[in-house]
Amino acid sequence: MAIEDKDRIFTNVYGYQPWNIDAAMKRGDWDNTKALLEKGQDAIIEEIKSSNLRGRGGAGFPTGMKWSFMPKEPKPGKPSFLLINADESEPGSCKDREIIRHDPHKLVEGALVAGYAMRARAAYIYIRGEFVREAETLFAAVAEAYAKGFLGKNACGSGYDFDVFVHRGAGAYICGEETAQIESLEGKKGQPRLKPPFPAGAGLYGCPTTVNNVESIAVAPTILRRGASWFTQFGRDNNKGTKLFQISGHVNKPCVVEEAMSIPFRELIERHAGGVRGGWDNLLAVIPGGSSVPLVPAAQIMDAPMDFDGLRDLKSGLGTAAVIVMDKSTDVVRAISRLSYFYKHESCGQCTPCREGTGWMWRVMERLRTGDADISEIDMLEDVTRQVEGHTICALGDAAAWPIQGLIRHFRPELERRINERKGGMLEAAE
Amino acid sequence: MADAAHLPDEAETRARWGNFAWTEANSTKQTEIIGRYPPGRQHSAILPLLDLAQRQVGAETNTQGWLPVPVIEYVARQIDMPYIRALEVATFYTMFNLAPVGRFHVQVCGTTPCMLRGSDDVFQACKDKGLKKGHTTADGLFTLSEVECMGTCANAPMVQINDDNYEDLTYESTAAILDALAKGETPKPGPQVDRQTCAPIGGPSSLKEMVTENYDYRGQW
Repeated sequence: MAIEDKDRIFTNVYGYQPWNIDAAMKRGDWDNTKALLEKGQDAIIEEIKSSNLRGRGGAGFPTGMKWSFMPKEPKPGKPSFLLINADESEPGSCKDREIIRHDPHKLVEGALVAGYAMRARAAYIYIRGEFVREAETLFAAVAEAYAKGFLGKNACGSGYDFDVFVHRGAGAYICGEETAQIESLEGKKGQPRLKPPFPAGAGLYGCPTTVNNVESIAVAPTILRRGASWFTQFGRDNNKGTKLFQISGHVNKPCVVEEAMSIPFRELIERHAGGVRGGWDNLLAVIPGGSSVPLVPAAQIMDAPMDFDGLRDLKSGLGTAAVIVMDKSTDVVRAISRLSYFYKHESCGQCTPCREGTGWMWRVMERLRTGDADISEIDMLEDVTRQVEGHTICALGDAAAWPIQGLIRHFRPELERRINERKGGMLEAAE
Repeated sequence: MADAAHLPDEAETRARWGNFAWTEANSTKQTEIIGRYPPGRQHSAILPLLDLAQRQVGAETNTQGWLPVPVIEYVARQIDMPYIRALEVATFYTMFNLAPVGRFHVQVCGTTPCMLRGSDDVFQACKDKGLKKGHTTADGLFTLSEVECMGTCANAPMVQINDDNYEDLTYESTAAILDALAKGETPKPGPQVDRQTCAPIGGPSSLKEMVTENYDYRGQW
């Protein structure tokens, strides 16, 4: 099931070799990009569609279809833009960073190919502010591509003019949400916009815009070179391709690794992460797709396929494929409560249910952590998460609610035990 | 808001920073930055320009810099943005310091993936070295902040100090880094254990050819 090295896209993901353009070209990047562009815009979009590539930023929306929403003939004064989302901030996720600092030319070439396919005038790469060194590399990689004539006027000799700009953020998780990112790029606070209008209609500066994750863009040139049928060899139906998995937490060897979609969880961990710390019997639970998705208890995850649909069936999700492993030494309530703190910290403050709810949920989670609560408050908390979920402009409210719902779904006895133990202790003290 | 920065006295700030202006190098840099955006869209440059200003303040004070009100006003004027909009931006994004910080801004990630791998020990090491969350040490060297996920989870726990990441930390290695910085040394950034970036400890489980040569896998396609 596992893939061979020849089918890995990000061959320099560990940075053993230089990232610069000469080294990247020896690995196959920028190899006759002109020929890729000559396939034509519609053919590129068709190829990406048939490769079944689903967006790698978390939501899993089909990438080719997203590109096809862009206008075929931009109106005068309304150029189209490609916005590449490198605001990687989801707890557990650390793949875009590796692409940018070790294989940036896959991204830069992808920006040209994708931008051309959707008839965009330019691409902006919005990189999170904390990635200071990574941004330095990215600025330099873009400059290298200009120097070779791969970007700018008549990019790669294709007759198409295309620019790529790098824009650094300044520390706000919410700017990973596409409309917040557009607001931020326009020089405002990163507060999400109401949709519709969708960015493909009115996005950056009111112009048609497509927002794509770094990984979705960076894999595009390889898919076009090797063909959609190569990409669809891997993974189950509707979950095709290869994927960068980011394994953190209680494994023996945390790492980032590219694997086939749908690889079973156990195989992924055994093959690349050296197994679970203390053995498989010591596994407590896994957050399989970054902090926003509910955790899955050990018994359910062990043999589950790591893909969009397989994890959705477990009432969780693949998200960004950020796999956070927790062994039995974990204070699972604290682990989730810390995520609640994260969402409280990162709420942009625009919608009341999220602004107030994230703080409220965190405070109750902290009381549940110490058992300083009443049993009925577990249901009350669950109820409040339902009041936040789906009642906000963007998905941050949902993302704050889901981890708590997952905890209550799978670890209610643990929550009750803490409350009862503390009550028992109080009674004893009173006697 | 309990952990919000304590803003310095405005009169003092104005006296010190009222005449802030770009250095020659940064003035050139500003032109380059504004050139990244379409004509008339110079407001887009607010984030990079505030960052540039904070770095200039840092260079002038031998710290990591902050954004005094007159500096924010100056930046806003450069791009014809109302001051209040620039202030809004400066307060929204966490990387802008609204109060002075030390020479080393020690930003420890405390989010769950780092917590699972021992960020408590990293905080303990900071505490034992005299650092206190939200405060600058008396000698002006270290400011400690707890930050949210820094996107380095496969190398957790981690700390970002100024522009560099120190990864795969323990209590001991954190303490050693702080000691080295205090002595004026520059510890090597990246993983603090024997490990190549985000590859598994002990060597990669895939792409082994890449370790020794810039291997081209296309021959096997």
